[in-house]
Amino acid sequence: MYPYYEQDWSVLPPENNRRFNPAFNMATIRQAFTEAVERVRMPTPTRLRDLIRQIRAARTAAEERAVVNKECAYIRSTFREEDSVWRCRNIAKLLYIHMLGYPAHFGQLECLKLTASTRFTDKRIGYLGAMLLLDERQDVHLLITNCLKNDLNSSTQFVVGLALCTLGAIASPEMARDLASEVERLMKSPNTYIRKKATLCAFRVIRRVPELMEIFLPATRSLLSEKNHGILITGVTLITEMCENSSDTLMHFKKDSGNREIVPNLVRILKSLILGGYSPEHDVSGVSDPFLQVKILRLLRILGHNDPDASEAMNDILAQVATNTETSKNVGNTILYETVLSIMDIRSEGGLRVLAVNILGRFLLNSDKNIRYVALNTLLRTVHADTSAVQRHRTTILECLKDPDVSIRRRAMELSFALINAQNIRTMTKELLLFLEKADAEFKAQCSSGMILAAERYSPNSRWHLDTQLSVLIAAGNYVRDDVVSSTIQLVSSSPVPEQTYITNRFWESLQVANHCEDKQPLLQVAVWAIGEYGDLFMYGANEDEFERPTESDLIAVYHKFLTSAQVSTTSKQYALVSLAKLSTRLQQCVEEIQALITSFGSHLNVDLQQRGVEFTQLFGSYKHLRPPLLEKMPAMQISRISSQNGESGGSFDDNSPDVIENGIEIGGSGAHPLIESNMNTMGDNTNILLDLLGSTDLSAGGPSDLAMATDLSNAVHKKNTRNANNETPSTNNQDLLDLLDLDMSTPSTTTSVMGTTDLGNVNNMMNLRGIDLNMGFGGGGGVGSGVGLGAIDAMASSIPTNGNDLASMLGGLGAPANNAVLPSLGGDNLLGELNATTTTTNNVTVPPQGPKLTALDKNGLLVQLVPLRGSDCMKIFMTTTNSSDNTLEQYLLKAAVQKSFELQMLPPSGSVLPPGGVITQEMRVVATSNAVLRMRLRIQYTLDGQQLVEQTEVSGFPDQQPPIE
Amino acid sequence: MMLFMLLFSRQGKLRLQKWYMAYPDKTKKKITRELVTTILARKPKMCSFLEWKDCKIVYKRYASLYFCCAIEQNDNELLTLEIIHRYVELLDKYFGSVCELDIIFNFEKAYFILDELLIGGEIQETSKKNVLKAIASQDLLQEDEAVEGTLRDIGLL
Repeated sequence: MYPYYEQDWSVLPPENNRRFNPAFNMATIRQAFTEAVERVRMPTPTRLRDLIRQIRAARTAAEERAVVNKECAYIRSTFREEDSVWRCRNIAKLLYIHMLGYPAHFGQLECLKLTASTRFTDKRIGYLGAMLLLDERQDVHLLITNCLKNDLNSSTQFVVGLALCTLGAIASPEMARDLASEVERLMKSPNTYIRKKATLCAFRVIRRVPELMEIFLPATRSLLSEKNHGILITGVTLITEMCENSSDTLMHFKKDSGNREIVPNLVRILKSLILGGYSPEHDVSGVSDPFLQVKILRLLRILGHNDPDASEAMNDILAQVATNTETSKNVGNTILYETVLSIMDIRSEGGLRVLAVNILGRFLLNSDKNIRYVALNTLLRTVHADTSAVQRHRTTILECLKDPDVSIRRRAMELSFALINAQNIRTMTKELLLFLEKADAEFKAQCSSGMILAAERYSPNSRWHLDTQLSVLIAAGNYVRDDVVSSTIQLVSSSPVPEQTYITNRFWESLQVANHCEDKQPLLQVAVWAIGEYGDLFMYGANEDEFERPTESDLIAVYHKFLTSAQVSTTSKQYALVSLAKLSTRLQQCVEEIQALITSFGSHLNVDLQQRGVEFTQLFGSYKHLRPPLLEKMPAMQISRISSQNGESGGSFDDNSPDVIENGIEIGGSGAHPLIESNMNTMGDNTNILLDLLGSTDLSAGGPSDLAMATDLSNAVHKKNTRNANNETPSTNNQDLLDLLDLDMSTPSTTTSVMGTTDLGNVNNMMNLRGIDLNMGFGGGGGVGSGVGLGAIDAMASSIPTNGNDLASMLGGLGAPANNAVLPSLGGDNLLGELNATTTTTNNVTVPPQGPKLTALDKNGLLVQLVPLRGSDCMKIFMTTTNSSDNTLEQYLLKAAVQKSFELQMLPPSGSVLPPGGVITQEMRVVATSNAVLRMRLRIQYTLDGQQLVEQTEVSGFPDQQPPIE
Repeated sequence: MMLFMLLFSRQGKLRLQKWYMAYPDKTKKKITRELVTTILARKPKMCSFLEWKDCKIVYKRYASLYFCCAIEQNDNELLTLEIIHRYVELLDKYFGSVCELDIIFNFEKAYFILDELLIGGEIQETSKKNVLKAIASQDLLQEDEAVEGTLRDIGLL
C-alpha cells in the first residue's frame, strides 16, 4: 500500500476534494474491474509490468532484442490502427524500451495525441513521453505548442503543472516565444503550486530567448515578498538568471527602493532562515532550507560584485552565516562554500576575507573528500586575489598532493604552482619533485612544464636551476613536453662555462643509469646535445667537481648503443647523430670510429637519419676542411617565448611543429630568433603556420652553419608541409595557406568552388610550393651571410600584416640575397614570377559562366539563380545566390533533389555566409540515366538573426539533356 | 542549472534519464555511455565530482544505483549532492524504502517525482511534504479516472 493515502487533500481541486475511506479499497476494486474488462475485450496488449518482466528475463542481448522488436512491431501496428484505448499503455512501454537504448521516435506523434486527450492519465504519460522523445531539432516538437497552450489554461492545477513542467524541460526558442505571455500570466496566479512552476518556466524561457526578459520583469518583483519557500527559491533563481544575463536588469533591480530594495530584502529572508526557529518542513539535518540559502547567497554575490554599497549592506549577514552555520554535515558546508564564494567575489571587508580563507583551510582538513576538493578548487580561484592568506595553508595543500583521489591531486598540483614564489621555491620544488616521481602519466607532462616555468621565474641560482631541470627530466621521463627539452637546452647554452661542464657531467652520470635512455628520451636528447656541444669541456676541461670521466671509446660505445637501440626514437637518434658529428671535432682520438658510425647511417631505413648520415659523411671526405668551422659551438641562445607564455599554450604551440623546433635547435640559431618570434607573436593566429615556417627557416639560417644543411632543412619543412596538408581538410588548409600568404581571400574562394575539388587540391599544392620556396629563399640567404639574411627576415616580420603586394615586395627583398649569392635558380625573381602567375590564374576563373538563367527563388532580397551548361557527359548547373537585403545570412545551405532517373553531384559551395550584397556560388552536376525532363527541388536553409529559415522551391525548364554516353 | 540527470545501475544499465538541455538522441547516448564508463571506473574513495567538457559532473551511489548530474560551472556541487539526496529521500518515502526494482517497474513514477522536485533543471520545491502531496493528489486523479473508466466499460455508468 502506498503511503500517500494518509494525506490531507487540501491541495486538490474542489471537485476531487474528499476524504479517503479505508474500507473502500480503490486498488482492489480497480483490479477486479480491469480484470473483468480484460476478459471481455480480447486481445489486450501486454501490460507494462509484464513487458519489463519479459525483458528482464531475457538472458542474452539477442533474446532481449527479440522481445523488444516483437513488442515494438506490435506497438507500431496499434499506432497504425489508431487504437486509442491502449495508447497510454503502449507509450509507457515504448518509453521503457527507449530507456534501454532502442529507437522510439515513432512514438513521438502518439505522445502528442495523448497530451491532447482529456484524461489526466493520458496527459501525464503523454507529456512524460514528450519530454523524453521529442527532439528540438525536429519540427514535430512545434506541434506540441498548441497542446501546451490549451493545458496552460486548464482549470485543473495539475494539468497546468504538467504543461509547465514540459515547457520547462523542452522549451525551444520558438515555443518560448509563443508561450511566454501564458507563462507570465501564470506567474501572477494566486495558486502557489502553479506560480512556482511558472516562475521556473520563465527562467527557462529567458535562457532560451534572453530578449523576452522584459515581459517577466513586473511579475518578478513581488516574488520576494512571499512566504512560501517554493516561490522564494524559484523567484531568486529567476532574478539571478536575469541579473547574470543583462547588466541593465541588474541595475534595474538595484534601483528599487523602500521595502522593495532587493539587497535588504534578501538579507531579511536569509536572516529569518538562519535565526528563525526550527521549521520541520524545510529542515535538513539542522539547517533551515539550505537550497534557498544557497540561492540567496549566490544572488547576493551577483548584486555585490563591484558594488561597494551593496557589499556593505551584506557584510554582516555573510559574517553571520559564516560563523553560525553548523559544519558537521555536508549541508552546512554547502552553505559555507557558497558564502566563501560570495565573500571573495564582493567588495567585502579584509577580516571577512581572512575568515573565508580560514573556512577553506578548515575544509582542507575535513575528512570528506568532496569538501577537500571544493576547498582546493575555491582556493585556486582566489589565490591570485589573496596569496598571503592562502600561503598559510601551504603545508595542508602539499599534503593533498598525496591524496588517493586524482581530482584532488590535480587541484592540489595546480594550486601548488600558483603558490610558488622566490621564498618557497626550494621547498616547493622538493615536494613537487616527489609528487612528479610518483604521479600518474596524465600529470607528468603538465607538472614538469609547470616546474620548469616556476624554476625559470624564481630560481635562486643557475646551479640550482640546472639541477632542478635535470631532476624534472629524470622524474618525468618520456612524458616531458618538447618545450622542456628546448628550454633546458637554452638554459644550458646560456649558462657560464663551469656550469656547462658541471651539468654535462651530471647528464653523463644520469645516462649511466639503466633504462634511462629508453624511458627518458627527453633526457637523452638534452644529454647528447650537451655532450656534443661541450664535448671538449666535458672530456678535457677543468674538472672542479671531480667527476669521473669516461674514455673516448667508452663515450663512442654509449653513442653506438643509443644509435642502434630499437627503443630509442628517431628524434633522439637525430639528436645523437648531430651530437656525434660535433664530437668529431671535440674529441682527440676516436674520429675514425665516429666516422664509421656516421657512415653506417648512410644506408639507414629512416630517410631523415639516412640523409644526415650521408651529409655528415661528406664532412669527413672532400669537405673535411669545412667540418670544424661548421660544427663550432653555438652562441648562447636567449630565452624565448617559453618565459612569456604559460606552459599550456607553449605546449600546444610545440605540438604543431616539434620537428621544426628540434631541428632548429640542433643546427643552432642566432640572436635574431627570439626577436623574430616575438614579432610574430603579435600577429593573428592565422599566421601560425607561417610562423612555424619562418621560425624554422630562421633557425636554420642563423649562425655559421652550412648551406647544405639549410636547404636540407627546408626540405624537411617541405615534407612536414605536405604532411600537414594531408592531415587537414583541403578547404581549411587552403584557407590557412592563403592566409599565410596574406592574399585577398574573396578571389580564391570563389575560384575554388568553380574549379571543383581536384583544382582545389592544386591550389593547395601551389600554395605549398610557395611556402617551400619561401623557405629556400630564407635558407639560401641565411646560409651565405647571416647578417644580410637576418636583416631581411626582420624586415619581413615587421611588414607581414599587409596585403599581397607587400608580400611580393617582401619576397623580393628576401629573395635578393639568396639570388645574388648562391642559389640563382631559387632566387627572388623566380618566386615573384610564380606568385604573380598564381594570382592571375585565380583572377581568370572567377568569371561566372554565361548562359540562360533560371531563377529558383527571389524572396526577401535573396536571389537564387541557376545557370545550366551542357557538358560532354553531364550537365553542369551553376548556382549563384545573391543577397540584396541588409541582413547577413549565416549557415547558408543549399540542398537539391532530382528525380530518380538523374544522378546529382554537388560540389562544395563557395561559402556559407552571405553578407549584404554577398554572393555564394556552387556547382552541381547532373547525369541523366534515362530520357526524362529534369526537374530539381531545392531546399534553401539559412540563419537570420539566430533564427533558422527554410525555403523550398522547384525548378524546371532545364535544357534537354543528352542521352548518357553508353 | 542542472543540464541532465542519469540514474544507472552498477552494471551500467540506464534506469532513468532526464535531460534539461536539448541534445540530439545520438549525443545523449554518447554522453550516457561515456559517463557511465567513467564513473563506474572510479574507485569508492574518490570524490564525487568530475570535470567533464565544460560542465561539472556530480554523482553519488545509493546501494546499487548511481545518481549522476551534470551542472554548470557556477553551480554549487555540494548542493547538487543535497538535491540528489532529497530525490532519494522522496523516492524512499513514496515507495517505502525504495530499491532499484521499484524504479525499474515504476519508472514513470520516478519521473513524476523528479518533475515535482525540479523544473528546467532548477529546484522548485524545498518541502518534501509538498512534493509528496502533489504526487499523491495526481495519483488519486488517475485512480478516479481508472474507476470511472472501468465502470463505464462494463455499463455501470
